[in-house]
Amino acid sequence: MFAQTISTSQTTAECPECAGSVNFSGKTMKGEIVTCPDCGAELEVTAVNPIALELAPKEEEDWGE
Amino acid sequence: MTKIGLIYSRVRFEEKLLIEALNKRGIDHELIDDREIIFNLTHNGYEGRGNVVQPEHFRQFDVVLDRAMEFTRGLYALEILNSWGIKTVNRAEVVATCGDKLLTTAMLSRHNVPSPVTQIAFTPEAALEAIEQMGYPVVLKPVIGSWGRLISKVNDREAAEALLEHKSVLGHYLHEIFYLQEYIKKPGRDIRIIMLGDEIVSAIYRSSEHWVTNTARGASSAPCPVDSALEKIARAAARAVGGGFLAIDVIEHAERGYLINEINPTPEFRGSETATGADIPNRIIDYLIRIAKDRA
Repeated sequence: MFAQTISTSQTTAECPECAGSVNFSGKTMKGEIVTCPDCGAELEVTAVNPIALELAPKEEEDWGE
Repeated sequence: MTKIGLIYSRVRFEEKLLIEALNKRGIDHELIDDREIIFNLTHNGYEGRGNVVQPEHFRQFDVVLDRAMEFTRGLYALEILNSWGIKTVNRAEVVATCGDKLLTTAMLSRHNVPSPVTQIAFTPEAALEAIEQMGYPVVLKPVIGSWGRLISKVNDREAAEALLEHKSVLGHYLHEIFYLQEYIKKPGRDIRIIMLGDEIVSAIYRSSEHWVTNTARGASSAPCPVDSALEKIARAAARAVGGGFLAIDVIEHAERGYLINEINPTPEFRGSETATGADIPNRIIDYLIRIAKDRA
């Protein structure tokens, strides 16, 4: 139900903000946050195999460590 | 064989390292996305389906590690799990204390652990009076929040009046709990200690030109030698809030020595790991296994 998969094949995906190319090292996990090298948008990996990217949610006041 | 549950919001650097270490060691684990889960809190005959989770699901875990990024979400998840008798790192009461600066300071003070002079006021008028008595500059902090967010250094009366007015219209009732702290001239750095129980896993200096020395705000990190005084205060601070996997932020005061600034209950440890070379993910896993075995 809450399974998490690691993508090993795909190396690039398209940024939903600027259509730029985001590179992946081959060990990509669902839930990971990446930054688009072109526009700097923070993106969340919402699926792997194939990789799907969405704009990461805006930081809320009680976020932290 | 220990089975570990891991509640997470995003897979950050820290979660990635933890998951990799769990996989490498062949430790059975399950990742639980805090955005998807539905807790069957009362579990009195109602079954539900899909993402609805029963206590039995969690009872398969010997221990659950909370890595939620949202304090409130993490805290409530832990409250539910603890009410079901599930062992968690950290325990809900520890997170409740450490997630709130006022409660943290109160606990430290109760256990005679040195921290900066702190005043609490509930109205802008009382806060202004407290600030005037303390003398400028004063540090004004939200009781909840992290990464150095919304922390202000109040340099004079005009700034104090403006800030207090802004805080009172921010909308959230917690912004009207005014947490005021003496401003300490840090030597351009503070100390971040990662603790697991009574053990110090790493200690780093976080240095910045800016008075806010959070690594989330761009501070750089370097290893910090741990002397006996630092070890003693770190251990006392961890015990005061109930102990667990904690990041303790320490300020060096020229005359009063070490002071505990705050304690984080779901530590990020990228800077600590890089600066010290400590294998923090594996130390966390060792600790989880120990808790799974020991704590009733």
